[in-house]
Amino acid sequence: MIQFDNVSKAYGDRHAVIDLNLSVGQGEFVVLIGPSGSGKSTTLRMINRLVEHDRGRIRFAGREIRDFTPEDLRRRMGYAIQSVGLFPHWTVEKNIGTVPRLLAWPKNKIGARVHELLELLQLPPSEFAKRYPHELSGGQQQRVGVARALAADPEILLMDEPFGALDPVTRILLQRELKRIHALASKTIVMVTHDIDEALFLADRVVLFKDGRLVQDGSPLDILSHPANDFVVDFLGRAELGIKRLGLGSVREFLRAGDQARGQAISVDLSLREALSAFIVQGQAVLPVVNTNGSFAGELHFSDLLQPLQNPPGDRGDPT
Amino acid sequence: MNDKRIRDNSLWTTVVLASALVLLALFMTELEPVFRSLFTAQERAMYRQEPFINLLGAHVALVLVSSGSALVVALAAGIWVTRPAGQDYRSTVESLVAMGQTFPPVAVLALAVPLIGFGERPAYIALALYGLLPMLQAVIAGLTSTPGAVVDAAKGTGLSPWQIFRSVEVPLAAPVILAGVRTSVTINIGTAAIAATVGAQNLGSPIIIGLSGFNTPYVLQGAILTGLLAITADGVFEYLSHRAQVWKRASTQ
Repeated sequence: MIQFDNVSKAYGDRHAVIDLNLSVGQGEFVVLIGPSGSGKSTTLRMINRLVEHDRGRIRFAGREIRDFTPEDLRRRMGYAIQSVGLFPHWTVEKNIGTVPRLLAWPKNKIGARVHELLELLQLPPSEFAKRYPHELSGGQQQRVGVARALAADPEILLMDEPFGALDPVTRILLQRELKRIHALASKTIVMVTHDIDEALFLADRVVLFKDGRLVQDGSPLDILSHPANDFVVDFLGRAELGIKRLGLGSVREFLRAGDQARGQAISVDLSLREALSAFIVQGQAVLPVVNTNGSFAGELHFSDLLQPLQNPPGDRGDPT
Repeated sequence: MNDKRIRDNSLWTTVVLASALVLLALFMTELEPVFRSLFTAQERAMYRQEPFINLLGAHVALVLVSSGSALVVALAAGIWVTRPAGQDYRSTVESLVAMGQTFPPVAVLALAVPLIGFGERPAYIALALYGLLPMLQAVIAGLTSTPGAVVDAAKGTGLSPWQIFRSVEVPLAAPVILAGVRTSVTINIGTAAIAATVGAQNLGSPIIIGLSGFNTPYVLQGAILTGLLAITADGVFEYLSHRAQVWKRASTQ
């Protein structure tokens, strides 16, 4: 979908991106991460030509991005940013319909699409369609920002720290929603963040940058299990590597048959990290597990967490 | 709902003021007995060299033409220095504007006479020049006040530079520009009266003649109409500025 070949970008003497090779496949959720000034944002903005690259070649859907006019290119890519950038003088409805209008969709099709997106992002249209951005909370504004980016059903979604300015609770809520939308629409997404937990939670692939260079590119589990160097280890949070690895697995994967466990039941949808916390809080080595609907599912053994994700136990229960 | 009521009120007030202005200009002479009883020592208590309605017309024309030309120039210059092509000149233009506004309007008029001569023309030119400065300042301030994130998002969603200008920058700048035009026009109405000293015939004429001839009724007659005109114009701008920022005060219920 997106292919970077030996791409470089400099601002005067400062090299923002150096000799980057990166490809983003159809339907992948790729998160670019790194400290400030590492080149992650520049990389993202080069994709839709908000920043023009100096050297190398960037291709989108097989064609060099410079073969498109910037406007055409951008209308095929959704774009959402941290400060949202909603047009303050337009209603929610009009904001979301921006790109479809630019593409000259018929009016009723735009209306239907806006409606659908408001539903998708859990903003009831009857309540929100006619509001202006300043009448929304930060989280609602960001939802509208995401809806606007998705409006014309773009081939790829570019997001520049979209949840950076939100409070932790809203942020987690929106991350979950984005994950749901990605699973639902299998849209290609490239996101920039500096929040490693966000990256590990959302990404199919994490791409780590430092000083304009790509340091490591792999699945969250890859990166956690085989960090390329000390910088990666430090960036992941040296002391919490194990905990973060647990965060990638879910209780479902380690479920065993058995109904001897005592204590308060946990849900199969919890991450192992949350399960670990439950073990500690409840002071139990085995905990009962329930399905999402509350029915009994099996049990989870603390000792199984010691071999997480690599080789799950053989005698797994059958999660019904 | 509530906002619409405020807007309608300001529209109605303006219509009432404007009607009062025209009626007073038409029938000022009927009020001669009133002025005579107030100023018993004054031999001539009513200005009769020219009908007031003609003076009002000339005054409004002078203000419209000078402010109108000033607005055209301010928009053109303001837009130019806020585009990439003219960006280098922005600070120069801004300092010129700031400097120009320190001149008192009378001085601008006085300087115009030796250069252009007496009559309507120096008045037009001086007023246009003087009105230009607050407008230009407002245009620049308005067009540069668009939040960076909004412009970034507009570009990123695929709006062309012209579309960004027309449907994002201009509507967002409109309230600020309008405020500048309002100030400029209001000042212009007052300054246009002073232009009577350089030979323009307008509502300033009875004031100037009254002042030089110690004729208070003349001064009052000119001043009342000029004041009423300024208030009416202000009402028009009040209405326009409500219209330009409906979205800011919109409330859902």
